Amino acid sequence: MPALLEARDVGKRFGAVVAAADINVQMQAGERVSLIGSNGAGKTTFVNMITGYMKPDAGHIHFDGRDITPLHPRAIVQLGVARSFQISQLFGDLSVLDNMLVAAACHDRRLSLWQAARRDAAVTHAEGLLQRFGLSEHRDRRVVELPGGVRKLLDIAMALTVRPKLLLLDEPTSGVSAEEKFPMMDTIMAALGSERDTTVLFVEHDMDIVGRYADRVIAFASGRIIADDVPDRALATDDVRRYVTGELLQE
Amino acid sequence: MTTPEAASGGRFPLKGATPADRQSRIRGVRLGALVLNGLGAFALLAAMGFFAPKWLTYLITMSAANALVSLGIVCLMRGGVVPFGQGMVFAIGGYAAALLYNKLGFTDAVGLVLAGGVAATLVALPFAPLLARYRGIFFAMLTLALSMVTYGLGMKLEVLGGSDGFNVGRATLFGWRPPDAHVGYVLYLLTVAVATAMAMLARVYFDSTRGLVTLATRDNELRVEYLGGSVRQAMTINFLIAASCGGVGGALVVLSLGHIEPQFSYWTTSGEFVFVAILAGWQSVAAVFVASTVLEVVRSFSSRYFPDTWQLALGLFLLFVIRFLPRGLGSLWIRKGGK
Repeated sequence: MPALLEARDVGKRFGAVVAAADINVQMQAGERVSLIGSNGAGKTTFVNMITGYMKPDAGHIHFDGRDITPLHPRAIVQLGVARSFQISQLFGDLSVLDNMLVAAACHDRRLSLWQAARRDAAVTHAEGLLQRFGLSEHRDRRVVELPGGVRKLLDIAMALTVRPKLLLLDEPTSGVSAEEKFPMMDTIMAALGSERDTTVLFVEHDMDIVGRYADRVIAFASGRIIADDVPDRALATDDVRRYVTGELLQE
Repeated sequence: MTTPEAASGGRFPLKGATPADRQSRIRGVRLGALVLNGLGAFALLAAMGFFAPKWLTYLITMSAANALVSLGIVCLMRGGVVPFGQGMVFAIGGYAAALLYNKLGFTDAVGLVLAGGVAATLVALPFAPLLARYRGIFFAMLTLALSMVTYGLGMKLEVLGGSDGFNVGRATLFGWRPPDAHVGYVLYLLTVAVATAMAMLARVYFDSTRGLVTLATRDNELRVEYLGGSVRQAMTINFLIAASCGGVGGALVVLSLGHIEPQFSYWTTSGEFVFVAILAGWQSVAAVFVASTVLEVVRSFSSRYFPDTWQLALGLFLLFVIRFLPRGLGSLWIRKGGK
């Protein structure tokens, strides 16, 4: 089966800093993959290169059989790649429902000058997603009034509105209290459904979260991949214990 | 504000309906309420104008025509940019109507108004994609530069009448030449009708998918792009819509004023349109017309009773609005976080 996402010899430098070097990754449809690594290891750079926000200095990224390396972020989204952000990127002055409707409207290439944004199909779809994310009670609240955890969920719900084939989650539980992390990930995974129509790549620092929700772990250090395996094996490697979790350094 | 249920006269009970039925009925009722409100406003203003003194019908004619230019600015403000040079499209609309009348002998008022809108849109067309790349002060100053170039052309070109401009005769309406006694009222009716129609279209646009994406652009351009929306496309279309509004407004003013001059494109004229847009806020269409009328009333009375310092009164009024109604007059009747 051809890979849904394939990075071939991808490299990226910022001056003397190597953010990505010889990155080769393949992801199959339906996989749930976690990117781990210390700060500055190159995780977010990799995500940014997939979404077109940054262009690699070397190599190519293919999605669904197509080279997306030169494409604009908008074109990549239209192909089926959506993302959420480490710091939630929302429309603060609009209501939660309107945020969802903006997401649905943006996905429609033929934006209308007269078709109501609050039309039946869009509102029903948005309300369904809000319900799946447990956000129905916030439907009419302005985003600036929402707590951080709710904003994170809304950010991801908006990314799902475009019905992506690949969903990139950049630290979905960052800034959320320890006791809220697991319920939050449970909500996200439940909202994604058990059919695995959407492939998920998520950046995460909490190894308990990684161990429970990822099928596979890709560990980064200094822009290079140091492990790529199922969570138990990947997290047990010396390189990961030294450069990511820091266990060997402590010993 | 009238609720959809109340607006339907209780004929469409919403309780007990399925969510889809409910939404469909709300949408239908909203559109119906919009049309009814528009027709009601037109009928009321038409009746009022019939009995009102001439100075008042003229004041409302000018404020409604000027409000269309500010309505265009509000379209752009909803996307997060404010043009300082909307006088350009105002002048182009005016000159197009005036030249058609004087040089080609085309006198139909409706045709002249449409020609004003089309001419302004066509002139704005090549600049729209360029301006869509700029934000903040850069966008404002570029539009100001374009308007001042238009002003310079108006001052220098003989065909445009130079610094004195030129006069425009009385327009006809579908072949009918209004008598002297009624010409003011006929132009008043035409202006109110055009303004009402454009206000309704603006409301439909603001509530549309593109209108909502424009509002989102104002908040977070990055996210709009990452959801698959095109910020530049939204800005380009808004600039063209604003140009057509400005052109129509310019043509209407020329028909009522009977004169066109380069001052139409001068930066102080553009400033007045921005003043009205800020006074109105970006939430309500009706507020633009209220704000424009307020400006005309303040200008008329201030220049009569203290002609040398009326700008001071205007400035103080704007400061008061910015301090106590930062979202403009429209926020008085549009709920917080609403459209």
